[in-house]
Amino acid sequence: MGLYSITTKILKSIAYPSELVPSIEEDDGHHHFDPVTEHEGAKLGMWLFLATELLLFGGLFAAYAIYRAKYPEMFMLGSSSLDVVLGSVNTVILIFSSLTVAVAVKAIQENRIQLVKVMLWVTIICAAIFAVNKYFEYTYKFGKGIYPGTDIFYSIYFAATGIHMLHVFIGMAVLGVLLRKVYQNKYSKDNFTAIEIGGLYWHLVDLIWIYLFPLLYLVG
Amino acid sequence: MEWLPTSASTFAPGVDFILWLVTIISVLSCIVVGAMLVYLVVKYRRRSDNDSTPAITHDSFLETLWTVIPTILCVVIFIYGYVYYDEYTTTPKNAIEINVTGKQWIWSFDYANGKKTLNDLYVPVNQPIRLVMQSTDVLHSFFVPAFRVKQDLMGNRYTYINFTATKEGVYDLYCTEYCGTAHSDMLGKVHVLSEAKFAAWEDGSADKAKKASAANIPPAELGKQLYSSKGCVACHSIDGADGVGPTWKGLFAKNRVFTDGTSANADENYIKESILYPGEKMVEGYGPVMPSYKGLLDDAEITAIIEYIKTLK
Amino acid sequence: MSEAQESNYLENGHGFKSWFYTVDHKRIGVMYLWAIGVFFVLAAIASFLVRAEHLTPGQTIVSADTYNVLFTLHGAMMVFLFIVPGVAASFGNFLIPLMIGAKDVIFPKLNLYSFWLYLAGAAIFLIALAAPADTGWTFYTPYSIETGANVILITFGVFVLGFSSILTGINFIVTMHKLRAPGMTWDRLPLFCWAAYATSLLQVLATPVVGITLLLLIGERYFGLGFFDPAKGGDPVMFQHFFWFYSHPAVYIMILPAMGIISEIMPVFSRKPIFGYKAIAYSSLAIALISFLVWGHHMFVSGQSKLINIIFSVITYAVAVPTAIKVFNWLWTMYKGSIELSTAMLYSLAFIFLFTIGGLTGLFLGALAADVHLHDTYFVVAHMHYVMIGGTVFGFFAALHFWYPKMWGRMFDEFKAKIAFVLIFIGFNVVFFPQFIMGTLGMPRRYFNYAPEFQTFHQISTYGTWIIGVGFILMLWVLMRPLPGKAEGNPYDSLSLEWSMDSPPGTFNFDEIPTVTEPVYNYGTKIEAEE
Repeated sequence: MGLYSITTKILKSIAYPSELVPSIEEDDGHHHFDPVTEHEGAKLGMWLFLATELLLFGGLFAAYAIYRAKYPEMFMLGSSSLDVVLGSVNTVILIFSSLTVAVAVKAIQENRIQLVKVMLWVTIICAAIFAVNKYFEYTYKFGKGIYPGTDIFYSIYFAATGIHMLHVFIGMAVLGVLLRKVYQNKYSKDNFTAIEIGGLYWHLVDLIWIYLFPLLYLVG
Repeated sequence: MEWLPTSASTFAPGVDFILWLVTIISVLSCIVVGAMLVYLVVKYRRRSDNDSTPAITHDSFLETLWTVIPTILCVVIFIYGYVYYDEYTTTPKNAIEINVTGKQWIWSFDYANGKKTLNDLYVPVNQPIRLVMQSTDVLHSFFVPAFRVKQDLMGNRYTYINFTATKEGVYDLYCTEYCGTAHSDMLGKVHVLSEAKFAAWEDGSADKAKKASAANIPPAELGKQLYSSKGCVACHSIDGADGVGPTWKGLFAKNRVFTDGTSANADENYIKESILYPGEKMVEGYGPVMPSYKGLLDDAEITAIIEYIKTLK
Repeated sequence: MSEAQESNYLENGHGFKSWFYTVDHKRIGVMYLWAIGVFFVLAAIASFLVRAEHLTPGQTIVSADTYNVLFTLHGAMMVFLFIVPGVAASFGNFLIPLMIGAKDVIFPKLNLYSFWLYLAGAAIFLIALAAPADTGWTFYTPYSIETGANVILITFGVFVLGFSSILTGINFIVTMHKLRAPGMTWDRLPLFCWAAYATSLLQVLATPVVGITLLLLIGERYFGLGFFDPAKGGDPVMFQHFFWFYSHPAVYIMILPAMGIISEIMPVFSRKPIFGYKAIAYSSLAIALISFLVWGHHMFVSGQSKLINIIFSVITYAVAVPTAIKVFNWLWTMYKGSIELSTAMLYSLAFIFLFTIGGLTGLFLGALAADVHLHDTYFVVAHMHYVMIGGTVFGFFAALHFWYPKMWGRMFDEFKAKIAFVLIFIGFNVVFFPQFIMGTLGMPRRYFNYAPEFQTFHQISTYGTWIIGVGFILMLWVLMRPLPGKAEGNPYDSLSLEWSMDSPPGTFNFDEIPTVTEPVYNYGTKIEAEE
């Protein structure tokens, strides 16, 4: 095996880690359960996972509550330095993307593949715009000499929006994989679980932002 | 065999009562569980491969019994724990306040009259004391087993301990919140003095008396005592091992290179300067963590320490 | 052996790939078993070194800094790499589908990914061994922010392991909801599954909080965030709240599966139904839920308010009661039984006795005034090890022996295994019992140096580690050398489903999904003996 093939193999496995597993589906049907059980199981599993995500951010919200009670002025001052317009735009964009992903989930159940493709594309583009806005917000802050350790408010601001941003990127990756599989005709009205739980994940990303926005941008 | 430390505070008998109470409950419970276990195993051991056994699945009476009894015991233990804890956390009105500062790896005590001591806390007997404590770096915890008191110290707020010593003597003080390399050497002594002795200590006459007796022992011997009583031991080894500070072994007259690039020989004047103004000449490879001993050691004591260092070759 | 399954799961494929890429829950369980076994040995070696250091006050074999690293590694590896994933990931994976009558867990691929995540976390730990942390496994701030040692790597490792734990928990919960065989109602579910269910709930609900805490700690070191650093207006006590909000439930993540194991073994070797099935099942859930509300009892002297201390003390005693109920239920299962003292049964009985001591000594620590004296002394160390070794590890060893025929299809030498048991039991008590006395006398934990009056206790404790060490080696030696000949499918005449097939099971567990028609521990004759 030459260097080239090894490199491509490694790159491929990073890009598509699921393909590391030799296609199990073909090997034995025994590890599959009936479609109804699989569908319900996947949804229950995803809800549990979303609960863990809420608890993860719950830690940050708890820290926020404690420190806001302790340093009310710092929070007023810090909050007033954030860009409400950019924050509002981002909020609208995320809410809109939640709508488009919901349409995609509905469309796949009606087998309207073309609509699914469009809606997933729109969702991913919205996420990208959100990320670009966030990039400008961050660099503007850095330009003013405000960094994650500047004070407790900015610690929470950067930690919360940063971890949320990470979730946006993960969400984009998930939607991207789903989109690729839609193009490969892997999904239909009889097989849409993946799109449904991917959509659930994206709703969570949206939901967390809807809490973060007023807590960080609209203090006082 | 002794299993409880000396009891030397008003809080200690209460704690000891709980320790005895729970120990008795525990020993009895262990005997009950152990005896039941052995009895059942012996009595109902398998005799043949087709022993017949009854299909007992539950018994409301028994289950209620072993729910209710532990519940009652738990309530009783909780109440005692609460009552004595309440006493411990309530500050008596006539308490003397002493400020305590924990620092890696030294205790320092500031008294109302301006006196300051390191690692040695002096308190009068039968007098309520309130310690107002804080840390200047990581967490520490103030623990005197003979008083049964313990409380963490931290950097962002004061914490408190109340106690009234009931017995004259010298008691161990430990740091019980892990604080790094010399955590286990962050030790001190609590000296509980009679009222008269404490008054003498306060106006300094006790110091003079102690100095007078100190004059009778060789300086190097005195230096050796100060080495452990003043906390040097936490950072400076005497066997050549590297610690937070440089080892004292072979230190005297050795050439020292400082962080600013200059260098000097470790003579008497250099060592004295380092004890009084430790931040001035930092030796390469060490951090500025040593506290100043200005006002804590007099000239005779510094000389004694220098003499002691000279003996460590 | 049936026609449909020509080979058992161990023989279905050979070589590295057939294991590393497998989605078979049994193989994944076995791989977890090997992995946690390796880390158990590494962490145990660290503890033997810690104990050897204590033979004399001051330096015996290592320096203070090395000592601090050693007890950190011992704690962190034991907790995060052995005992938290431990029984649940190894025996949970192997047994849950067999016990509920399913051919696998519901997400077989996710199960494999969880294992890979575990390996990734473990690999990060191993890399961190090159420059390990010295913070203790609790990572208390601000020491963990200020220390020059490498904290980031090891906390990141814990973070990754947390993901593995969450995903395994989700997998088990959904499996038990969706894949129970027809007739396997909740009140027929084996108690090991109940315990695993409660454990999984804790894994899912508690782990994210430690995840965010450790992320923030990493942020403090990397970006200078100020949440837990008093120098920046942060609060170190908040770190402790966050940390114990996970780590107290984690104690039950560690012990509940072991309780499940005991609940399986007692009926089989007593030939009696488990006494008080419902009480045991529900007390597992009760313990899991209450355990979320007691974290503050780790912090009675850390500077939280008096009222909070009192509340946490009350709730702590509330969690003691369901635990006591379980002990008596296990004991009374033997009443009028036909008791066989197999090695697994011996470990189970030792569990009951040692866990009782561990639980009772918890009563000391829950009492506010007594905890002020005992907190952070060797008493706590001894208490915790009576629960974690006397409880979890003895339960784990009981499982290793009990399901040995099912897992490997062979039998082991019972007599030699019993000798190993005796050594481990004696050694364990010699190590940890003196620590109760030492702690009451005021010996603080995490102490490199100590006062000479404690030396005798320390030495006895250290000699104990040599006895227990010999016991471990003998046990391993016995288990590594199975007796010749195949094991029967059901050597103990057990009634639960995992014994209803050949040993070892075929790749797909059941030729046909079974239908369950009676309670799980249906031993004994139906006529209640009257006396």
